[in-house]
Amino acid sequence: MVASPDFKSSVRKVALLGNPNTGKSTLFNALTGMQVRVGNYPGVTVEKKVGRMLYQDQSIELIDLPGTYSLSPRTLDEMVTVDVLIGRQADVGTVDGVVCIVDASNLERNLYLVSQVLDMGLPTVVVLNMWDVAQTRQVSIDVEGLRQRLGIPVIVCEAHRRMGVDDVRRTIAMFHMLSAAMPPKPFPAEFYNECSALSAKLAALGECDLPFYLVERLLIDAGGSIEKSFLDKYQPIEATSTETANAGNQSESLAQFLSASRERLRVANCKVPMVEAKARYGWVRQLLAGVATIPKSRTKTRSDRIDKLLTHRVAGLAIFALIMFLVYQAIYSWSEPLMKVIELAQKIVSDQVAASIEPGPLRSLVIDGVIAGVGGVLVFLPQIALLFFFIAILEDCGYMARASFVMDKLMTKIGLSGKSFLPLMSSFACAVPGIMATRVIENRRDRMVTILIAPLMSCSARVPVYVLMTTTFVPPVIFFDQVVFEGTFFERHLGIGLQGLMLFGMTSLGAVLAVPIAWLIKKFAFPGETPPFVMELPSYKWPSPRVVIDRVYDRVNSFVSRAGTLIFATTVVIWAAGYFPGDHTELHRLEGQMAQTEAEVAKLSEVKAPELLDAQRRLESMTAQRNRIGSELVEHSILGRAGHVIEPIVRPLGWDWKIGVGVLASFPAREVIVATLGTIYSLGGDVDENDEGLKSQLVDAKHSDGVTPVFNVVVAMSVMVFFALCAQCSSTLMVIRRETNSWKWAAFTFCYMSGLAYCASLLTYQLGMLMLS
Amino acid sequence: MATLNDLVPGERARVLEVMGDDSITVRLMEMGLTDGEDVELLGRAPLGDPIEYCVRGYRLSLRSDEAKRVEVLRLDDAPVG
Repeated sequence: MVASPDFKSSVRKVALLGNPNTGKSTLFNALTGMQVRVGNYPGVTVEKKVGRMLYQDQSIELIDLPGTYSLSPRTLDEMVTVDVLIGRQADVGTVDGVVCIVDASNLERNLYLVSQVLDMGLPTVVVLNMWDVAQTRQVSIDVEGLRQRLGIPVIVCEAHRRMGVDDVRRTIAMFHMLSAAMPPKPFPAEFYNECSALSAKLAALGECDLPFYLVERLLIDAGGSIEKSFLDKYQPIEATSTETANAGNQSESLAQFLSASRERLRVANCKVPMVEAKARYGWVRQLLAGVATIPKSRTKTRSDRIDKLLTHRVAGLAIFALIMFLVYQAIYSWSEPLMKVIELAQKIVSDQVAASIEPGPLRSLVIDGVIAGVGGVLVFLPQIALLFFFIAILEDCGYMARASFVMDKLMTKIGLSGKSFLPLMSSFACAVPGIMATRVIENRRDRMVTILIAPLMSCSARVPVYVLMTTTFVPPVIFFDQVVFEGTFFERHLGIGLQGLMLFGMTSLGAVLAVPIAWLIKKFAFPGETPPFVMELPSYKWPSPRVVIDRVYDRVNSFVSRAGTLIFATTVVIWAAGYFPGDHTELHRLEGQMAQTEAEVAKLSEVKAPELLDAQRRLESMTAQRNRIGSELVEHSILGRAGHVIEPIVRPLGWDWKIGVGVLASFPAREVIVATLGTIYSLGGDVDENDEGLKSQLVDAKHSDGVTPVFNVVVAMSVMVFFALCAQCSSTLMVIRRETNSWKWAAFTFCYMSGLAYCASLLTYQLGMLMLS
Repeated sequence: MATLNDLVPGERARVLEVMGDDSITVRLMEMGLTDGEDVELLGRAPLGDPIEYCVRGYRLSLRSDEAKRVEVLRLDDAPVG
C-alpha cells in the first residue's frame, strides 16, 4: 500500500501494548468488536492481530501486539513488537500512537514497560486496567497526579466490564492531536553521553535519523539482535573500504566502538545491560512517590488463601489431577454427542444430495469429496470449542499459571516446561486442539518441540485401528484369572487380559517414544540453553463470561478460516485419487437400481406383500455386486495403483498391497483405514471396527499364493505400531503448518513420524516373526 | 552468602545482586529483582520446584536454578522499614 500524502485520508494505526495478564486482549475485543483479522507476521510464528475501531466517523486500525514484559528484544515476540513500534515492520508501516495497558494492581512492574515505550517518542496513552483488582488490593492511585507527571493521558478502565472503554476509544480517536510523549531519561548522564557519541558514529556510517530507542538498545543489548544486524551490515564495508581505514579514528570499527563505550560505562558504574533495570525501576519509584500508595506488607487476600490450597503439597496435586481429568473427559467424551450430531447432519445432507443428483461423478464429488471435506473440518469444532472453553476459564481465573507451576518439575525431566503439559495431555484426545493450545507457551523453542511431539500422543482416531486389530488377532487370554463373588450377582472375572494389555501398550507407545524424540529435536533443531521459567502468577478472580466466549469464538474462527480450507482440500484430493481413473457407469447403474429396489422394499414392507422376500434378496445381491465393483474400482484407481507400487516397500512390514492402500487412503485421518479395508474387501465403505464381516474377511485374507494368510498377530501388531506413530492425519499437519507459519515444519513432522512408524513397524514384524518361528 | 533458593516459606530477604550477565539475569532484573528490593518466599510447588516469591507486590515463579543466581541478605529478624 502506498502511503497517502494526505494523512487525514490514510488509515491511522495505533498499537496496543502491555504486559501479559493485563487484560489486553479483552480491551482489544471491546474496542474492535468482531472486526478482527488474524494472521502471522511474515516468516515468523508470531501471531498478528489487526482490528478496526470505529469512533463517530473515524476508522482506526488497531494492532494487538504480543504481551511482553520488556522491549529489550530477545524473544521473537519482543523483536516483532519493537519493530512495529519503531516502524521497521514493513507489513505494518509506521504506527501513529501506542496504547500501553497497565495492570493497576501491579503498577511498578507494568510501568517498567511504560518507561521503555516512552523512549520511543510516539504519542502514548496509558490505560490503568483492572482498576477493581487494584481497589481490593488497597492500591490507591492519584490518577490526575500520575497524568501530570507523565505528561500523557492516563485512563482508568475495567475492560472485562466495559468500564472506561469509551474513554479509551475517544482518546485513541484524538491521537493525531497528541504530541509525542517526552522520553523520561531515567539513565545516568554518562549513558546519554555515550548514546550521543554512538549516534554520531552511526551518522558517520551513513545511518542518520535512527530512532533514539534503537541507539539505546544498540548500546545496552550486548550481543543482541539489533547489535548483530548492525555489525553484519557494517563489518564488510569497513573491512574493504580503504578510505575509512585511512581516516584515523574513523577506522575504529562499530564493534570496537561499542565495546569501548560499554567499558567506559562499566568504569562509570553504569554497566550495561544491568544499568537499565535499575535506572528504569528507579524512575518508576520516583514517578509513583506521592501519587500512588501500594501497601508495603501484603494483606492476606482471598487470593492468597486459594493459592495456599492450590499449591499445597497434597491438595494441590489432587486438585490439579481432578481439573485435568475434567478437561480431558470433556474433550474426549463430552464432545462425542456433538460430533455425532455433526456426523448425523452430514449424513442427512448427503442423503438429500443423493436423492436429488443422479449417481455419477458429480454426486460422488459432492458427497464423498465436498460434504465429507466440510464434515471433516466441522467434526473438530466440538473438541476445539470445549478445550478452549476450559483453557479460557483456567487462564482468566488465574489457574493456568498454577497448573504450569505444579507440573513444571515433571516436565523439565523431558526438557520442557510446565506449560507444555496441557497441550500434550489434550493431544491424547486429539492433536488438532492440542497443537492449537500450545499458544500458551511463550518460549518459541518449548512451543516448537511441543507442537512437533504432540501428534505422537495416542489420539482417539487411533482407537478404531487398535480395536479392529486387537479384537480380531490378539487371543482373548486372561492372565491371573480369578473369579470374585462366585455364585453371586457380583460374580466377576478379575485378571489382566492380553487384549487390554495390547491396547494399553499401543496407547502408551507414542508418549514413551516422545521423550527421546523431544530430546533429539531440541538437541539438533533448536540448540541453545534451557529457557528460564520466570513467570508471573496472576491473582485469582472469577472468569468473565465475555472473555471466555470471545476466546472460544476466536479459536474456532481461526481454525475454520485458516486450517479448515487446507483440511477440506486434502479430503477432496484423496477422494479424487480413490475415484479416478476407472469406469463408474456400471457402479452408478447399480446404485440407481438399488435406490429403486430400496424404495420398493420400503413400500412392500408396509403392506407386508409376499414379494417382499424376493425384493430383499435382489437388493442383497445388488449390494454384494456393488461392493465387488467398488472394490475393483478402488484397486484400479490412482490410490490402488499406488498401493501396488508401494507393495515392495511395505512387504518387509508384513503387509500386502491392500494394507498399503489403506494406509495411503487414511492420509486425511487414521480411522479411514477401517472404511477403506471395508471397501477393498468388498464389504462397502460403511463398516466400522466392530464389524464381524470385516473381521472374518481379514482372518480369511490370503496372499497372492492363495495359501498364506495375510494377517496374524504379528502383522496386526505391525499395523498398530505403524498407526501409533505415523502422521496419517492431514488435519494435524495443516494445523502445524498454520501454527508454525511454515510448510517446513509440517513436512518435517510428516517425514520424521513416517520414518519412525516404518522403522518401528519393521522391527515389530521382523522380531515378531523370529519369535514365532 | 545466601541466595533466594535458600529461603524458607515466609522468609524475607533483600536483593544484593543478580549474578551473571546473560539474558536470564537481565530477565530476572526486568521482572523487578534489582538490588535493594525486598522479596518474600511464599511457597514451593508440590514437587519442590519451582518456587513462588512476592516481589514488588506481585507473585513471581522461579526455578531454583534461577533463584540461585539472586544473592540476598536475609531479613529474618531485622526490623522492617
